[in-house]
Amino acid sequence: MTSATAATPRPMRRARRDWRGWGFVGPFMIVFLAVLVAPVVYAIVLSLFRQQLVGGSGFVGLGNYVQLFQDAKFWESLFRVTLFLVIQVPIMLALSLFVALAVDSARLHGSSFFRIAIFLPYAVPGVVAALIWGFMYGNQFGLSGSINDLVGFELLQPFSSQWVLASIGNIVTWEFMGYNMLIFYAALKVVPTELYEAAELDGAGQFRIISGIKLPALRGSIVIATVFSIIGSFQLFNEPNLLQNLAPNVISSYFTPNMYAYNLSFAGQQFNYSATVAIVMGIITAVIAYIVQLRGSRQEVR
Amino acid sequence: MKITSRRSTLRRVALATATTFALGLSLAACASGGSSSSGSGSADDIEAALEKGGTLTYWSWTPSGEAQVAAFEKAYPNVDVKLVNAGTNTDEYTKLQNAITAGSGAPDVAQVEYYAIPQFALSDSLVDLSSYGFGDLEDQYSGGPWSSVSFDGKIYGLPQDSGPMAMFYNKTVFDQYGIAVPTTYDEYVAAAEKLHTADPSKYITSDTGDPGFATSMIWQAGGKPFTAEGTDVSIDLQDDGSKKWADTWNKLNEGGLLSSTPSWGDEWYKGLGDGSIATLLTGAWMPGVLESSVADASGDWRVAPMPTYDGTPVTAENGGGGQVVLKQSKNQALAAGFLKWLNSDPESIKVFLASGGFPATTADLESPEFLAQTPEYFGGQAINEVLVDASKNVPTGWHYLPYQVYANSIFGDTVGQAYENKGDLNEGLTTWQDQLADYGSQQGFTVK
Amino acid sequence: MSAVTETVKRSRRPNYVRPSKAPRQRKSIVLTIVMAIVVIYSIVPLLWLVMNATKDQGDLFSSFGLWFGSDFNLWQNIVETVTYRDGIFVQWFGNTLLYVVVGAGGATFLATVAGYGLAKYNFPGRRAVFAVVLGAVAIPGTALAVPTFLMFSQLGITNTPWAVILPSLISPFGLYLIWNFAVDAVPTEILEAARMDGASEIRTFFTISLRLLSPGIVTVLLFAIVATWNNYFLPLIMLSEPTWYPLTVGLSQWSAQASGVAAQPIYNLVITGALLTIVPIVIAFLFLQRFWQSGLSAGSVKQ
Repeated sequence: MTSATAATPRPMRRARRDWRGWGFVGPFMIVFLAVLVAPVVYAIVLSLFRQQLVGGSGFVGLGNYVQLFQDAKFWESLFRVTLFLVIQVPIMLALSLFVALAVDSARLHGSSFFRIAIFLPYAVPGVVAALIWGFMYGNQFGLSGSINDLVGFELLQPFSSQWVLASIGNIVTWEFMGYNMLIFYAALKVVPTELYEAAELDGAGQFRIISGIKLPALRGSIVIATVFSIIGSFQLFNEPNLLQNLAPNVISSYFTPNMYAYNLSFAGQQFNYSATVAIVMGIITAVIAYIVQLRGSRQEVR
Repeated sequence: MKITSRRSTLRRVALATATTFALGLSLAACASGGSSSSGSGSADDIEAALEKGGTLTYWSWTPSGEAQVAAFEKAYPNVDVKLVNAGTNTDEYTKLQNAITAGSGAPDVAQVEYYAIPQFALSDSLVDLSSYGFGDLEDQYSGGPWSSVSFDGKIYGLPQDSGPMAMFYNKTVFDQYGIAVPTTYDEYVAAAEKLHTADPSKYITSDTGDPGFATSMIWQAGGKPFTAEGTDVSIDLQDDGSKKWADTWNKLNEGGLLSSTPSWGDEWYKGLGDGSIATLLTGAWMPGVLESSVADASGDWRVAPMPTYDGTPVTAENGGGGQVVLKQSKNQALAAGFLKWLNSDPESIKVFLASGGFPATTADLESPEFLAQTPEYFGGQAINEVLVDASKNVPTGWHYLPYQVYANSIFGDTVGQAYENKGDLNEGLTTWQDQLADYGSQQGFTVK
Repeated sequence: MSAVTETVKRSRRPNYVRPSKAPRQRKSIVLTIVMAIVVIYSIVPLLWLVMNATKDQGDLFSSFGLWFGSDFNLWQNIVETVTYRDGIFVQWFGNTLLYVVVGAGGATFLATVAGYGLAKYNFPGRRAVFAVVLGAVAIPGTALAVPTFLMFSQLGITNTPWAVILPSLISPFGLYLIWNFAVDAVPTEILEAARMDGASEIRTFFTISLRLLSPGIVTVLLFAIVATWNNYFLPLIMLSEPTWYPLTVGLSQWSAQASGVAAQPIYNLVITGALLTIVPIVIAFLFLQRFWQSGLSAGSVKQ
């Protein structure tokens, strides 16, 4: 998914500009307006009001936004997902890239088995993934407990404050590595064979082929995968929320911006402020995703 | 906001879009939907409604719910009760609060724990049951639970169970390490040290910070950190009782004597079974949980009174709750009738007791049959004698905040950090207090 | 009509999948071993799930995680899972199927039609459509839950299947994928030929374009199925009655009932239920994989 400008998928020979297209796009847009745009508009409206448990509701203009910018909890949660983003996303994408290149290379025994096996975790619902890993992370009796027993000291502490973000990152990596691999792999499949043949005639080695042919061919899909991963990181919710029972003090009620928004509205009844968090996060995400797309596609042009 | 009666779907979509803006302004009105009636019925209305019959929705996660509803429908064939498990504790409160905010979708009767009742009472979501003659029922319940459902001159529900605290201990572990049953907290701390020194994999108890537990412990220590009168709220989590508890518990927390296994997880249940968690200070409803979920440890566990600070027997309520009637109910008299039967009819309470629940009704607490029970699981100990005795030693005058559900949700962020860093719980309590005061002010309370 | 069929035939190229590549390269043992480690990482949690689904609650607490327990309880666990609380699990399964069939099916249909429209027609507001759809992806769904919930409850559709199905009808990624795919897969000449033959736009779409789009459609369908099958947060908020829960929400409720007063931990059922939840979707994956891989190759990421 590249940006609107970059990816409007090439100029096409079109008969004439008329309204017929709306017949096709219309149904989608109607549902889209109803279930996505309307809530966004409503969230914006909500963010301009403040309702209290005592004393009712009042218009506060940008008051909620002002409060948000001074809210240490919000910034802490934003910092946390940003940290998550800059560490987990590169690791995951690098792994996916490596795996995709390996599966695509002819040098692997049973490559289709590897492809499927690595892709399988994507089929596991996030809820189930968090459940499984939550059990396995158990310090006393889980697998990490067993490993600690084996090495004789507390090597693994998946739920300690130093490690919990990595533990969550591991779950997310596990879930989406195969998915990203598939995106890369699909892009590799469309590289014309003649390119490889030419390279081989030139005597180029595997690494030359990778850096000279495959990586450039992957640029577009790397941008897509990165953008999706950024959006996913900023929206991080299910995994930390489900693990919170197991690490109650380490995973705070404002561990990620999304958890903060959720707890504000559903534990604290602060619907207005929660909507403000949502809007601001949406804007931040969109801006960053847009910048990544722009940079990605600009390099591509060069 | 009852605009959704019977119009065409298309019309409704248009309306919803149009009302989107209006809704933003009128959430408050929705939240208190139908606030005009506050118990307009009478005791006779209940009988009439039960005779006439109708349909009720009842939200509960208690294991006895199904059998109780079946018994009720048998006794009142005209009434159809739809039992819905809308989630356990906070999950249910979230849904209940959502339905109240939305102005529709709430059940007629719901199970709500004591600590959460003031929150729903404050938002004017509950029916005041006094006019249905529920005041006459007061004598049937022990004092603690009754005061939890009846305050500010209104009756918001009827107690179902109670949780006077006691000390559950693993006798096998105690015997193995030559530990005497502690009666004071000094002895308790000493036992904790002895046990953990003898076997570093064993802990006196597990506590990673649980707001329900902490508030109950403060309650036992004589603290009254929260008071609420209408919209005037005061919070003092450094009063004498709070400090007394925190200072004592600091010895365990800072000394690394508490198991860091979070409560209610699979590892915790394992720990209760294998002796690595040697005691639990918890409510009287615990035996049922132990028997069904830590079956392997049958014969190991015993019950003793709570340790005290100065030798005077004193305890507190922990957990437990009752049922309430929601204002959204279209048939409040019938709902009240069901509620009354549910928590006062002997037949219903019999079902409840059979499921392992601990009652709030004095008649059952004092019945010889109940007191004489000697469960095999507890090595034939007459545990109910200890537990019923505890129910008489609960200090009065305790209050929860009118936003306790929220308060509990940020406990981990504040006091939990002191647990995590093995630091001073008093600091954690102070942080909690500050955030609660901030929240209260933001929500329009007058916070002292 | 002959012109049309002729063009269709010509346009049927092998979707860019290149023939198997240079056979001279030797297989690498080292690479295979490294990849085996990655596979172990991917598979171990699933193995854990399978093994622990064979244990009863006691074994679960006492035996080593990555091996079988003392008794083989898989069948008992499955029976217990599907019969617990009058077979509510089976009902959740049925609900999930309903949400998947209607939600994912509808999402695929809407995305296909709209993506095709965007690719093949020039109409006012076309660029705006794309920008708006993309922008909306960035808004955190979790945080939109409250406004959506309040709106839906005004419509009286919370706690009904519609509250879950309606939002899952929108798949911006699917729209994008089909759009990109349709540009090449449906040659404009065919459409023009069909128009000259007097076929209506709708008819052309259903009789000609749909078939050409099918690899892309299968791909979109697969991702939509995964998305709806895994949907957790939205139904969690929208539904209060377990009779409408999908599997994910049901499982997390089972997991949550281990706590507090009257706790009833049923970890063995949670684990077995989790296994039963992923089995169908894994089968769907394996079954559909040869279709969607070509679709993804041809459509998604080509610049």
